[in-house]
Amino acid sequence: MTVNGWLQIALFCAITLLLTRPLGGFLTKVYSGERTFLHPVLAPVERSFYAIAGVRPDRDQSWSAYAIAMLALHVVGFLAAYAVLRLQGALPWNPQGFAGVTPDLALNTAISFLTNTNWQSYGGETTMSYGSQMVALTVQNFLSAATGMALAVALIRGFARKSASGVGNFWADLTRSVLYVLLPACIVLALVYVALGVPQTLQAYASAKTLEGAGQTIALGPVASQLAIKMLGTNGGGFFNANSAHPFENPDALANLIQMVSIFGIGAALTNVFGRMVGDERQGWAILAAMGALFLTGVAVTYWAEAAANPIHVALGVDPSAGNMEGKEVRFGIALSSLFAVITTAASCGAVIAMHDSFSAIGGMIPMINMQLGEVIVGGVGAGLYGMLLFAVVAVFVAGLMVGRTPEYAGKKIESREVKLTMLALLCSPFATLVLLAVAATSAAGLAGLLASGPHGFSEMLYATTSAAANNGSAFAGLTANSPFWNVLLAIGMMIGRFALIVPMLAVAGSLAAKTRVPASAGTFPTHGGLFVGLLIGVVLIVGGLTYFPALSLGPIADALATSAGQTF
Amino acid sequence: MSAQPQSLLDPKLLVPALGSAFAKLDPRVLVRNPVMFAVEVIAVVATALFLRDLASGQPAAFSGQLVFWLWLTVYFATFAEAVAEGRGRAQADALRRTRSETIAKRLVGRGGGYEELPAELLKVGDLVLVEAGDLIPGDGEVVEGVATVDESAITGESAPVIRESGGDRSAVTGGTKVLSDQIKVRISAASGSSFLDRMIALVEGAERQKTPNEIALTILLAGLSLIFVFAVATIPAFASYSGGVVPVIVLAALFVTLIPTTIGGLLSAIGIAGMNRLVRFNVLAMSGRAVEASGDVDVLLLDKTGTITLGNRQASEFLPLPGVRASELADAAQLASLSDETPEGRSIVVLAKAAHGLRGREMGPLEATFIPFTAQTRMSGVDIGATRIRKGAADAVIAHVRALGGVIPSELDGIVERVASEGGTPLVVATDARPLGVVYLKDIVKGGIRERFAELRAMGIRTVMITGDNPMTAAAIAAEAGVDDFLAQATPEAKLALIRKEQSGGKLVAMCGDGTNDAPALAQADVGVAMQTGTVAAREAGNMVDLDSDPTKLIEIVGIGKQLLMTRGALTTFSIANDVAKYFAIIPAMFVALYPGLNALNVMGLASPQSAILSAIIFNALIIVALIPLALKGVSYRPSSAAALLRRNLAVYGLGGLVAPFIGIKLIDMAISAAGLA
Repeated sequence: MTVNGWLQIALFCAITLLLTRPLGGFLTKVYSGERTFLHPVLAPVERSFYAIAGVRPDRDQSWSAYAIAMLALHVVGFLAAYAVLRLQGALPWNPQGFAGVTPDLALNTAISFLTNTNWQSYGGETTMSYGSQMVALTVQNFLSAATGMALAVALIRGFARKSASGVGNFWADLTRSVLYVLLPACIVLALVYVALGVPQTLQAYASAKTLEGAGQTIALGPVASQLAIKMLGTNGGGFFNANSAHPFENPDALANLIQMVSIFGIGAALTNVFGRMVGDERQGWAILAAMGALFLTGVAVTYWAEAAANPIHVALGVDPSAGNMEGKEVRFGIALSSLFAVITTAASCGAVIAMHDSFSAIGGMIPMINMQLGEVIVGGVGAGLYGMLLFAVVAVFVAGLMVGRTPEYAGKKIESREVKLTMLALLCSPFATLVLLAVAATSAAGLAGLLASGPHGFSEMLYATTSAAANNGSAFAGLTANSPFWNVLLAIGMMIGRFALIVPMLAVAGSLAAKTRVPASAGTFPTHGGLFVGLLIGVVLIVGGLTYFPALSLGPIADALATSAGQTF
Repeated sequence: MSAQPQSLLDPKLLVPALGSAFAKLDPRVLVRNPVMFAVEVIAVVATALFLRDLASGQPAAFSGQLVFWLWLTVYFATFAEAVAEGRGRAQADALRRTRSETIAKRLVGRGGGYEELPAELLKVGDLVLVEAGDLIPGDGEVVEGVATVDESAITGESAPVIRESGGDRSAVTGGTKVLSDQIKVRISAASGSSFLDRMIALVEGAERQKTPNEIALTILLAGLSLIFVFAVATIPAFASYSGGVVPVIVLAALFVTLIPTTIGGLLSAIGIAGMNRLVRFNVLAMSGRAVEASGDVDVLLLDKTGTITLGNRQASEFLPLPGVRASELADAAQLASLSDETPEGRSIVVLAKAAHGLRGREMGPLEATFIPFTAQTRMSGVDIGATRIRKGAADAVIAHVRALGGVIPSELDGIVERVASEGGTPLVVATDARPLGVVYLKDIVKGGIRERFAELRAMGIRTVMITGDNPMTAAAIAAEAGVDDFLAQATPEAKLALIRKEQSGGKLVAMCGDGTNDAPALAQADVGVAMQTGTVAAREAGNMVDLDSDPTKLIEIVGIGKQLLMTRGALTTFSIANDVAKYFAIIPAMFVALYPGLNALNVMGLASPQSAILSAIIFNALIIVALIPLALKGVSYRPSSAAALLRRNLAVYGLGGLVAPFIGIKLIDMAISAAGLA
């Protein structure tokens, strides 16, 4: 570990923190329907959308109507994306003449982008036409991100409202997320990326002659526009197979910094929206503090693990001072690769600038744990906040009992209905991760995709089901997932991880919104102090993390212990 | 019923519990407790596996021990509940004895004749005659007569109480005994649903229903258990990838140690014990829900008289008008009070003696006639010959003096106002048409009450004093007693409106009351404590009855409610925190054969995989028994802010829960490996 490495990490944290409050204020205005500096231009556009669709933005939906609207959008979105992928051979913007995508891959990919996972069983530049990338994938990048944000705001309203029957209007929240937040920001970001050297073209791939005189095809495409939303919407689906490790998808250190900040930007700001909407910004900072503590711990462990060299290599006479550079871009080095790996798995992004499979066992375990905790460390846009708030409900429940009162959070009493729904939501991720992993580990089709054997092979599978269930989408690599078995298995995981959690979460929102707000007194324990932050972290680790201890000990932990003992498999 | 604390380890309670704990193993009963039910299912499966091993001649010593401890885990949980219930049953038995074989005298016709019949055949609305020496056959209301009644069977208070028709002392309870005179009682509760019946059912726990928080906690625990089902049930698949097999019985052990058995096993005992704690405080809660709600109370409505102040105002000063000697005023006031049997009157006599050395005089030789206080005149006094001495409310005496042609000195108003503004009651004294001055009657705030209110404030509970006094007086007393707010000139309607207002702001309100006019407010309040001495209507409206009729108890009731919730929360935290150590005991033991390197996770240095697993399961079972006393007594509780409580309980039960099992499992491991059990 170097001072320079830590300075880069600190720079990232500082920029993200500085953005949180102003962006939070802006988002709060957007979702409250208040005027922002964008309204003179965009409000007429917004109104015309509503007029065309016959939506009344001020008409509140009950949580169930909100959920049905959200699900309806996803059904249509899935069918459209699936159709485009299957039919891409016959559709325009296909200069390379790629054929239609196979059914299982189209299913996996459509669900993957629908659920904000962006798991990619394919290599973009060898499978997807420009048309598929733009129409099927980038559109879903926007919609899935906007859905996450809308859902988070619905849950926030549950806490903020008093004796209300509705949690907001899904169509309005969705439109506002795209129109005022994602689209303007992405236009600016795409232009910046283009300026930094990211291609944006519809021309066919370029052919070049290398110095040795060999022919090389250089893949191009509308990269910048997809890159902007891929990061900002924590989607993570790379235009190229190498994702942000590809120089066209991540040309230099500045582009890399912008990408990292845009992964965390909205997620962090939403904690501030929570604080503002419940009338006490400190509540938001407390949530962010819990996220931040978990994040920094992850960064420190990963950076430490990667900065140390592989003991087996050292035993063979390799200089240990270089650390573990296998699978890392020399341009970014160990500090940034570790930081990026933790950011992308803490948030539900899944973009990568280094191969996680090549990380040391412990360095690769942290990204897994980040996802297994439910991606509540800032998390996917919206998803991270609502995931964390569900953990907060559990933490508040236990803490509330300990101070001798019916627990309350942000003035809302947490009773059996909320506890029931919260537990239901928190069950999905362990269920999907572990049960699907068990299926894969015991079937020949599952094991066929493995690159490594022994505990590292187990880690590859564990990473895949974890990434799917957590809607992350990053891959450990190593695992060849483009088989019908893995495509379908992971599609199931992504569906459970997204929708089985969202529906009970919305029900919690509805149930909370209907409650009256209890004014705080000395008898209510404060949920904005260090004590609560510590408790929340404890609950996340014990309730969210301990479940995976058996699986982790057979994967990365056994791997690490074997490596340090010089054992290979 | 005795108010003495029962010993936690009284063999008279423990021995029957050993037996009834077995009956509670019935799965139909246990299914109400999902966590322990899961353990029982696991125990059955493990037993079957053990028997299979035994039959096939495989080594079964290890699985035999595991099966034994699995069953003990379930048994310890049912034992905890049985002990808690046993304590209640001992109280119920004492009550039940009083119910035995009462013969009722039901009135027939108008002539006063009656027929005798067993009390359980009485119907609501029947009129019964109860004479000296009879047991009152059922709950009811006195419609005629006055009697002294021995209610010690219910209250434990041996001094007899007066029960009379009309007013706020008309309720009688079945099973209590009339000592003198006779009364006619209209029966108000059918046999089996009388107050005594309900009390018995409540303290026995027979009618126990889960309270809202208990349900929520049960769901949380069930949800956690379900997560651990996934965690454990998928292990064989993971192990098979790694080329090994994990015995089912080991998985069973891991599962049982991971699910929150500690709190799951003690949950119902905690609830029953909370109820019993109230009963020992001589407060009967009509439901567990009410006990729980009392922990949530935000606002306490307290009657001024009897709760905040001593029941009576006392004369504290004579304030003569200019030109009147103080002793002259004292003399007149004393004369006017000699025959006044009210506490205020007596306090005037006492003050006159203390301040001016005036001794009590006999009324007889003075040929004086006492004029008692009436609501119309609002004065009392004495006529000695033609001299009329009066004392009373300022405006009444002023009107009286004016009517006699007297002149009111301008200073009088000033004195009256000053007294009122200080929270006192001014009593103007006049001899015929000449006003003499003012007797300062003072409300005496109970000693220590100010500190109690400060404690309540620290707990986040606001106190509101309810009084019939005028706002000025009320404000002065409120300031002296240290309450947060007051409701002056309170009417039953105003009280009800205040409760509704607080509730609409999301607050929970507790109050106590005894009169029929309190009934609507008692019913509206979230916690309504009716006094045992009160009317039937009040007792029916409230959700708790205080057998000692002591309004200050509301404060203790809140504490008991909080303690109940805290005990649950503390043990839940403890239970969940325990899991960390159990993982570190069992995971390396389970997987060390697959990857020998995993022995590095055996941070406790446990002797062998088998002893590690056995130690974890033994610790898991024993901790239930070890915590039974805590579950029954409740965690220690001192009123303080929520933040301070959380800090303390997190340190004790959160950190303690993390650390304790590491030590406990290690010690058990040393013991069983020394004993050669594994």
